[in-house]
Amino acid sequence: MGIECLVLGAGQEVGKSCVVVSMGGKRIMFDCGMHMGYLDNRRFPDFSLISKTGDFDSALTCVVITHFHLDHVGALPYFTEVCGYHGPIYMTYPTKALAPLMLEDYRKVMVDRRGEEEQFTYDHIMECLKKVTPLDLKQTVQVDKDLEIRAYYAGHVLGAAMIYAKVGESTIVYTGDYNMTPDRHLGAAHIDRLQLDLLITESTYATTIRDSKYAREREFLRAIHKCVAGGGKVLIPTFALGRAQELCILLDDYWERMNLKVPIYFSAGLTIQANMYYKMLIGWTSQKIKETSSVRNTFDFKHVCPFDRSLINAPGPCVLFATPGMISGGFSLEVFKQWAPSELNLVTLPGYCVAGTIGHKLMSGKPTRIDLDKDTYVDVRCQIHQLSFSPHTDSKGIMDLVEYLSPKHVILVHGEKPKMAMLKERIQSELGIQCYYPANNEKLLISTTQNVKIDVTKKFIRSCSSAMLSNVKNSLLSISDSGSKDNEIIKLAREDTTAEGILLMEKTKTAKLIHGNELLHTLGVKEHQVRFAFCCPVEVTRMEPLSDEANTTLCHVNSIMKVYVPRCLVTEDRLTTANNTLLDILLSELETRTECKNIQIASDSLQLHTFHVRVCSTEHCSYRKKENGVGESVVYFCCSWSPCDDRLRCLCVVLELFKIRNEY
Amino acid sequence: MKLTCLSQGNGYYCPPTHILQLCGFRLLLECPIDLSSLAVFSPIPSAGAANLDASSGLLRALPWLKTVPGLHLWDPSLIDAVLVSSPSAMLGLPFLTRNAKFCGKIYATEVVARIGQLLMEDLLSMHAEFLQFYGADVKPASPEWMKWVELEKLSPVLKQVVLGEDGEELGAWMPLYSAADIKECMQKIQPLKYGEETCFNGSIIMKAYSSGLDIGSCNWTINSPKISITYLSSSLFMPACWKGFDYHSLLGNDLVLFSDLSSLSSTASTCAETREIRNNNMIVENDPSLCSASALSKDEIPHQLFGTDETSDEIEKISFICSCIIDSLEGGGSVLIPISRLGTVLLLLEQISESLESFNLKVPIFMISPTAEETLAFVNTVPEWLSKQRQQKLFSGEALFNHVELKKVNRLHVFPSIYSSELLMMWQEPCIIFSPHWSLRLGPVVPLLRRWHADPKSLLILEQGVNVEVALLPFRPVAIKVLQSSFLSGIMMHKVEPLLEILHPKLVLYPEDLRIQYPLKENSSWSYLYYSENVQLRVPSFVEDVKACLETNLAFQLRPRRLTQQNIAIARLKGRIFLSKGKYFLAASRIPMEFSNKQLLYWGSIEPTCLLLALQDRGLVGTIHWNKDAANGVYTIQITNPEKAVIETSATMTTISCEDENTATLIYEALGTVCDGI
Repeated sequence: MGIECLVLGAGQEVGKSCVVVSMGGKRIMFDCGMHMGYLDNRRFPDFSLISKTGDFDSALTCVVITHFHLDHVGALPYFTEVCGYHGPIYMTYPTKALAPLMLEDYRKVMVDRRGEEEQFTYDHIMECLKKVTPLDLKQTVQVDKDLEIRAYYAGHVLGAAMIYAKVGESTIVYTGDYNMTPDRHLGAAHIDRLQLDLLITESTYATTIRDSKYAREREFLRAIHKCVAGGGKVLIPTFALGRAQELCILLDDYWERMNLKVPIYFSAGLTIQANMYYKMLIGWTSQKIKETSSVRNTFDFKHVCPFDRSLINAPGPCVLFATPGMISGGFSLEVFKQWAPSELNLVTLPGYCVAGTIGHKLMSGKPTRIDLDKDTYVDVRCQIHQLSFSPHTDSKGIMDLVEYLSPKHVILVHGEKPKMAMLKERIQSELGIQCYYPANNEKLLISTTQNVKIDVTKKFIRSCSSAMLSNVKNSLLSISDSGSKDNEIIKLAREDTTAEGILLMEKTKTAKLIHGNELLHTLGVKEHQVRFAFCCPVEVTRMEPLSDEANTTLCHVNSIMKVYVPRCLVTEDRLTTANNTLLDILLSELETRTECKNIQIASDSLQLHTFHVRVCSTEHCSYRKKENGVGESVVYFCCSWSPCDDRLRCLCVVLELFKIRNEY
Repeated sequence: MKLTCLSQGNGYYCPPTHILQLCGFRLLLECPIDLSSLAVFSPIPSAGAANLDASSGLLRALPWLKTVPGLHLWDPSLIDAVLVSSPSAMLGLPFLTRNAKFCGKIYATEVVARIGQLLMEDLLSMHAEFLQFYGADVKPASPEWMKWVELEKLSPVLKQVVLGEDGEELGAWMPLYSAADIKECMQKIQPLKYGEETCFNGSIIMKAYSSGLDIGSCNWTINSPKISITYLSSSLFMPACWKGFDYHSLLGNDLVLFSDLSSLSSTASTCAETREIRNNNMIVENDPSLCSASALSKDEIPHQLFGTDETSDEIEKISFICSCIIDSLEGGGSVLIPISRLGTVLLLLEQISESLESFNLKVPIFMISPTAEETLAFVNTVPEWLSKQRQQKLFSGEALFNHVELKKVNRLHVFPSIYSSELLMMWQEPCIIFSPHWSLRLGPVVPLLRRWHADPKSLLILEQGVNVEVALLPFRPVAIKVLQSSFLSGIMMHKVEPLLEILHPKLVLYPEDLRIQYPLKENSSWSYLYYSENVQLRVPSFVEDVKACLETNLAFQLRPRRLTQQNIAIARLKGRIFLSKGKYFLAASRIPMEFSNKQLLYWGSIEPTCLLLALQDRGLVGTIHWNKDAANGVYTIQITNPEKAVIETSATMTTISCEDENTATLIYEALGTVCDGI
């Protein structure tokens, strides 16, 4: 059994995330994104690799989208409406609510402003989203009989999720984009400690370690304050959802505290409407916002108002949030063209900019002139403030997550090749986990181990659980509050609880583990006892009282006992009358001479484990050593023991050395 | 597994309570309080009408609350976990959690936990008025009203409420908890989503699935390695605007604990109440739709679980209520709605506002409760818990409920208390008021009822299950119209068997009282066990074996041995066993398994010639001597070379006697090759 992983996008690059995972006969597509940097057919994943015939419904079990960013959902309407995939699609509630906004915004930019041929229509988007089944966090959803999926909080944007998928015993997590530190409006990624065969994680900041966020926030606010105080205009090109809301909370709060009156604008109705969604989806934001929103919703901004195109060249300072981010076109480009030539103005770039966009050009160095196309260019005299406010986890976060989940294999996607190579080395050397970073359209096969399903009898469990409980008790762990400490209990149990039993394997039946005592009954057979036996002669004598320990010699040492044999023994014959009395004497002899204290006396024998000694009453015992010179003073003791106690064989030897005193 | 039913409850506001013993753990299912028992206390007397209350015969003291009878007899330290299915089922939790000995976990869905918390806070702030009036209890352990002298003065109906039928329930009364108690309680709750897997102590896995009773309320699946249980609380198949009964996720469990006793309480009280209403000459609107609503349980509608009957009936009921409200308003009377079911309140609010719109009535709607504001804000942020149609509102960017809009256009006014000056400024009659509490003993409803009780134009809407006669005792003479409406609060009886057929359990635990009222057909595919209050029911286990996972690394260490007769191979197995997420795992020990080749257990008989050959292979020479006395299979093999040894064999026993240890080992080895063993 194995997991096959086909990377259709975001392999050794950032953009058009799309990974198809096959396991246990099921095939899941994680994300269906588009690449913002390309305008040709490279912008979509190469779906033909999934199915040559284009019959995607039978080729895929389901599609799961992690969040609403275009590089994760952008190709979905194309895939469902144009390529013709009709199977189930899953995404979280916020993603389902917000993805159409993103898609429509993008479509408009492409078609209306750039005049390109559209890849999908508005109806396509709506039709596509209708087919989506919404997911709630932590909810286990049974896609079909064998495949279950579950979403975990990823923090990256509202509704971002990490997806756990399980088929039979094979388990994987696809993280999508995530953030391990909470921000203004979202919590940090949160996932259970799962047993995983494979973790597919993003690696945008594979080698970066970011400093405290508060310093960066202060810096951001100071830059903006300085600019508006100087009468400048601030352009914040951002996507409508996510970063915009976080910065808005930040600014709204700052404006309130500093009592600023400079207007904050949102371009288009889009972002205003987005805030409406945020209000309803407040359950998906951070704990802090949820708590403070019990009466007034945090997303009811006091200082934010919608922007009108006529305000572009209006005098006076202002702050404008304009879409799209990265200044890849559309309204933000339009405003940029107007505002960039003035030194008073400020352009703040929050987050990651894909290569090829103006945002990327601004971030890499300080260009004074930017060519838009062959004929037009913009003089850039405004200030550029770069804000690493990216909602992606940094390398420490990735390492923490990988270590926390400790999967058997890791695949890195959504990152830059050289950085991924370095991260791979770290994961392999520091955590000892196999790590890969396949390129686009590469197929990777990961072998998994398969557990065997067996039945276990209740008796077996009982015999083990008593041992288990005593372990738990010993380490003073209280059972009732162990819910959160499950792992500790498991660890504890793993360390000490050994189980011993017999596995019964019958053709066409599930193997069954039974307790040793149950075997004969289960097989319907009678035990055939095997015993060793030996009949040993012991001289019965009168013995002088032992004076002290010095008179004895240590003759046998073994794991169970030490045997002391008296050095000087005086013989005086006296025959015995009662066997039991002899056994009593033998017992006391054994107890004084050996360190065995748990020899038990039964009706006619002495017993130590399975070792039995009784007085031999048969004339010609077949187990007796056929030796001559058997004196009257000798009493035969018949010893027998089971093979499991073969180490007690030495007791026979000891008995032979005895010369016991009889008072009768 | 054992089940003890502590209480069969009392309708929607007081669901049944059980204790389930499973895998050595005790799970408490639900922890409500019986708020209808508040009826024995007199509301705070108003200044002008003190003598009016005196005649009511109610207790005039700081009210206590009646918890589940019998629960206080259980040691809290023995309760390992609590499952809560609906907001009203958690109102008794602080009584449990404030006990220092309680250290269990509490599970509830996120919405139930939040709304339950709001209900508790509501109760607390309404109770604060009493505290202001009476002051704290002088003798906190045994207040004056609990003395027999005082109790004897009560009317038989009230006495039964205080003492229970057998007079044993006085111990269930508790003074109300504090804000700190609520806070502590909330911290101990683990909030869940529908379908979220939660694992108790590694062995019991629990999941909550929508029951449809109200927003966020749930049924449970409880899985232990030995048994899978569906815990079925009151459920609605097709509620109007929140998630319906998710029966699909409950399929295939071994056992169904049927705990929907809504039919029991609804029919019992219906008969009683209609009679009372007639006796008191109170005006009850007698509309055919209302009749059909209360007779629902008996009619024979198609056996389809998801018929539209439920929904349409509920809609009809609500529109009937709306028409009554309109009538009342048009006649100049106000309408008082003291209902606490959140879902129903939201529905009523929407329907009423629509009706007002269509009749072009400009009547203000007030919602007066300490937590009303928060509750309304909260329900607008829970799209995941609503019906598909409602979710569509989220996806098209509209507010989930229209109260958001109503508030914006000043049609709906929300106030924390009746004594706010803003309310007085806005006051206008006739009006519609939603305000707690349905027991008519505390909250804003009391002064409002004092104002309108003698006004025949006004209308009071109550739920079925409330004893109207007792409820209105302090407000006599009563002239206000009373409309008692039964909202569906559980599975209708004729749907029980079709549902069980779909769930397909092996065993159903069913309330004895319900069986008496609605006999069940004998069924071949599952069996019933009947439970009644305070009787421990022992549930036999029906699985012989437990499922487990044998990890590959351990499987590779096994050395199976094929048995001679059957198609069976056996192997000794030694490893670590552990329980994770309700599943047993067997894995290899850190120290590799030491497999001595020695077998320790034999069975069957030994063929002497085979044994002799096996001995010869090991260089031991001997001869067989058949024993003359014993007939079957008793023989001796004498070995002479290289050492002397004797092997005695019968059908069930072999004895090896040899002085030389090495030879003995060789013989033992030879034996192992000819005899089945391990």
